[in-house]
Amino acid sequence: MISWFSKYFPNVVQLGWSGDAGWGTSIFQTLFMTFWSAIFGGILGIIFGVILVLTNEDGIRPNKFWFNVCDKIVSIFRAVPFVIMLAFIAPVTQKIVGTQIGMKAALIPLTLGVFPFYARQVQVALESVDQGKIEAAQSLGATVKDIIFDVYLSESRSELVRVSTVTIISLIGLTAMAGAIGAGGLGNTAIAYGYNRFDNDVTLVATVLVIILIFIVQIVGDFFAKRLNHQSR
Amino acid sequence: MSIIDIKHVNVDFPEKENKVVHAVHDVSLQVEKGDIYGIVGFSGAGKSTLVRTVNLLQKPTEGEITVNGNTFIKAGKQVISNKKLQVERRKIGMIFQDFNLLNEVTVVENVAFALKHAGLNDEELEKRSLELLDLVDLKDKANAYPVELSGGQQQRVAIARALANKPNILISDEATSALDPQNTQQILDLLKKLNTKLNLTVILITHEMDAVKKICDKVAVMENGQIIENGELRQIFLHPKKALTKRFVGGSLETINTLNSLHLDTLNKNEAIYQLVYSIANVTKSIIIDLYKKIGVEVSMLYGNVELLNDEPIGTLVVMVKGDQEKRTKTVRFLKQEEVTVTRLDEKGNPYD
Repeated sequence: MISWFSKYFPNVVQLGWSGDAGWGTSIFQTLFMTFWSAIFGGILGIIFGVILVLTNEDGIRPNKFWFNVCDKIVSIFRAVPFVIMLAFIAPVTQKIVGTQIGMKAALIPLTLGVFPFYARQVQVALESVDQGKIEAAQSLGATVKDIIFDVYLSESRSELVRVSTVTIISLIGLTAMAGAIGAGGLGNTAIAYGYNRFDNDVTLVATVLVIILIFIVQIVGDFFAKRLNHQSR
Repeated sequence: MSIIDIKHVNVDFPEKENKVVHAVHDVSLQVEKGDIYGIVGFSGAGKSTLVRTVNLLQKPTEGEITVNGNTFIKAGKQVISNKKLQVERRKIGMIFQDFNLLNEVTVVENVAFALKHAGLNDEELEKRSLELLDLVDLKDKANAYPVELSGGQQQRVAIARALANKPNILISDEATSALDPQNTQQILDLLKKLNTKLNLTVILITHEMDAVKKICDKVAVMENGQIIENGELRQIFLHPKKALTKRFVGGSLETINTLNSLHLDTLNKNEAIYQLVYSIANVTKSIIIDLYKKIGVEVSMLYGNVELLNDEPIGTLVVMVKGDQEKRTKTVRFLKQEEVTVTRLDEKGNPYD
């Protein structure tokens, strides 16, 4: 088995498991970038999504100013192609992380790249909560905080899991591009060690690993989305 | 002082091209403690919009609103802080047509949600929530999710939730409209029971006069954003003044269907149809025989019904009177003397103009 593998995938084996170019390293880098930017981008996305819903015209605290500010921020960041974003915010990254290259530096553009996408999805998910439930909560004297957590976020949780799954999957796509600023990861392996060296076996294995990763995220996401849903029988 | 005092309230909704819809137009309404006040009207009449101003789910454009002695709105401006409003809202329970329960938490958690600011510890919270579920006979469903319950049961959970903070007002916004007759009856009985037991003031918004007849002691009829007639249910029922009220009172679907099935389109000029509504207790004589003997008109019955109006039997008769103009005028006068409410109908069962 092993000899068969090294016969057809010589370059894959040559890269090894650990070391700078190793498979273990690049898998770790992809997971690291996906995980932390999902956390940061997720928090930012939820905050922006919630503010957009609350301050909207028919939200519970309508406020044209804050709605417009958040709406524009989200729209502008969404409009910037990710590869350009990587370069564009490099000075900001330098300020925050202390370096412009590497896995940690990539977290800043990844977070900024993913949060507007997520914020819009959160906005749609929250807006799908029946207005009647909000009114019922208001009639019970619920505070804004109660309505955010116990009505909006709680009632749309299955939908939130679903959009989070979609977001994480697209985030994995973004981490592949982060290789461009030396962040490593499976995408970088596929391009730098596979494509650029004409070692197609490396590209193939890296691609398969990314696909497996995405499948796992999808399956776990679907499981929880279904598990958390009590909206209909 | 009235528990709910609505004065000259307007609610306008801006529409496209600078048009404005006057959903509620210069409405004043006083509700006294312990009333079960019905508000009827067709959909779009503004009844829902009107009562939603009571707990400020709908902010009025103009007017004054005072609830439980606290002024919420003065000259169309909110004069209560949002924080204080939250506290005041807990004294005004509300139930809705679509129940509006939280679907992702259990029944008992739905009730507990309402008690979040009641200052109870976990143990007390559970005890009180279960007590409330017991009040609506749903203690055994405490750990079920709303979706596993029938419509009637969901509405009872909503009632338990609305009552959690011991409100003295309960607003029912078409709460029985999505339910079958049996569940409707159950919910209405429950509202009546709560009214008696807890001295709860109930506002019942509905487009079904039947619901009002069953439990209300006062009623307001709304049309085009205005209250066209209001007062004691018995008074309104026996002596309706406006055409729409008459229609709600007597021109029920059943009457109209009965008349339509008789195909009376060939009435001659000496025939006319009247709807008679009267309290059975007041009319003991055989009025129809009297009419024949004293006035000489022939009266044939087309439709008859007796229903309970807040436990008082009220009769409705639709009759065809054969006789000339003069005799018919005498007939109407005679019936009015006997405290019968007479409304002339056309052959389709609509009030005759």
